Amino acid sequence: MSEKLPGWKELTAGGVIEKAGNASEYETGSWRVRRPILDRNKCTSCLICWVFCPDSSILLEEGKVSGIDLDHCKGCGICARECPLKDKAIVMQLESECEST
Amino acid sequence: MKIVGLTGNDAVAEAMRQVDPDVVAAYPITPQTELMERFAEFVSDGIVKTELVLVESEHSAMSACVGASGAGSRVMTATSANGLALMWEMLYIAASCRCPIVMTVVNRALSGPINIHCDHSDSMGARDAGWIHLFSENSQEAYDNTLQAVRIAEHPDVSLPVMVTLDGFIISHTLERVEILEDEQAKKFVGDFSPKYSLLDVQNPVTMGPLDFHDFYFEHKRLQVQGMENARHVVREIGKEYGALSGRDFDYFESYRMEDAELAVVALGSAVGTARGVVDELRDEGKRVGLLKLRVFRPFPRREIVELLRGLKAFAVMDRSNSFGSYGGPVFSEVRSACYGQGLELPIVNYVYGLGGRDTTFEDIRRVYQEIEQMASSGKAPDDIRFLNVRE
Repeated sequence: MSEKLPGWKELTAGGVIEKAGNASEYETGSWRVRRPILDRNKCTSCLICWVFCPDSSILLEEGKVSGIDLDHCKGCGICARECPLKDKAIVMQLESECEST
Repeated sequence: MKIVGLTGNDAVAEAMRQVDPDVVAAYPITPQTELMERFAEFVSDGIVKTELVLVESEHSAMSACVGASGAGSRVMTATSANGLALMWEMLYIAASCRCPIVMTVVNRALSGPINIHCDHSDSMGARDAGWIHLFSENSQEAYDNTLQAVRIAEHPDVSLPVMVTLDGFIISHTLERVEILEDEQAKKFVGDFSPKYSLLDVQNPVTMGPLDFHDFYFEHKRLQVQGMENARHVVREIGKEYGALSGRDFDYFESYRMEDAELAVVALGSAVGTARGVVDELRDEGKRVGLLKLRVFRPFPRREIVELLRGLKAFAVMDRSNSFGSYGGPVFSEVRSACYGQGLELPIVNYVYGLGGRDTTFEDIRRVYQEIEQMASSGKAPDDIRFLNVRE
């Protein structure tokens, strides 16, 4: 992380989080080893990946799968595994073989 | 103020009755059992409004205490020895979540071999868990420490759990003269608890105990250290305030006949009472001896203790627990470490005593003073640990 993090005097005792619903501010995308690659031409928007994704990282537009939130996706691969199509709409690819986000 | 005959367990139960905590979660274990039995009677008789949570283990007891504390309750509990050991994980959680829980630890040897009698191996083992440790010499001090512990724990600059210890059986089961504050006085002294957060405050939702990684964990630990550092002045302030109320002064230590002393013993817990008697006898014989009772073990008053020991020629540190493989017991290690770097180079000897409830008599303590007298004349300390009253 390049931003300057707060010093210990600026924190809350016990690490209490005073602001509800701030998990989206904590970017976990850097943990990823494999990246889900979505092929929108194959995807039928059955939304099974959206149901299974543990990090709410399947993005929707008007009820259709529109992309992956790569700031938060940890690359677990559940979406690719659960995609019911024989010819998968999501496949996992090593980060080192991907173009940078 | 009224004078009553109480055991140590009864005295703490009386203090808990006066505090009337919101939640108590506990599991019985000898020698703490009578304390919780007495308090459970107060609950059943409607004398206190406390929600008493009877759990299936000490791990659950401390877990329930942490949850209740997070909800903004004033929380107390009590345990001993193996019960404390079963709480281990949650002791650290309570401290790191900054839960101002007050727990009585009725000191008992931590098995094995299995033993129900007193030594300090239980609470001393938990000395790095982040709790404040107050030791008691007798039932009176167990009562006094319990009331003060509530204020110390809940002080906004501290917000840490406090362990009040008393020696199993020697104090917990011995009937003594105890001065009890009037209920109104005690209630006024502890006051109301105003927690900063409450998990039940749905208008201001917060998250407690979140995942904390390499990027923040260390800073939160540093903040926790500061709470313990702040306890140094808070323990003193509360001690003075309680002193004005009760007529009994409280500080990190009590110096007994230390004014012109050349030889001294540093001790904590019930052995102090025995050592007090020995000091009186030796003073009558013309020996310049004193006694330093340590009441606050965490935070350890490292600067102040050295000032009190500075005028001596030699001294002994008494440990009622062993630290296997270490040079001396926990109290000795702390005291000796405090001396280094503060210009105090004296012959110091460590006595491990009273393990598993072994009696420590006048004669035993006399032998300690005899040895430090020899150390004072030779200027040398033994480089091994002494084990008092153990058979060869």
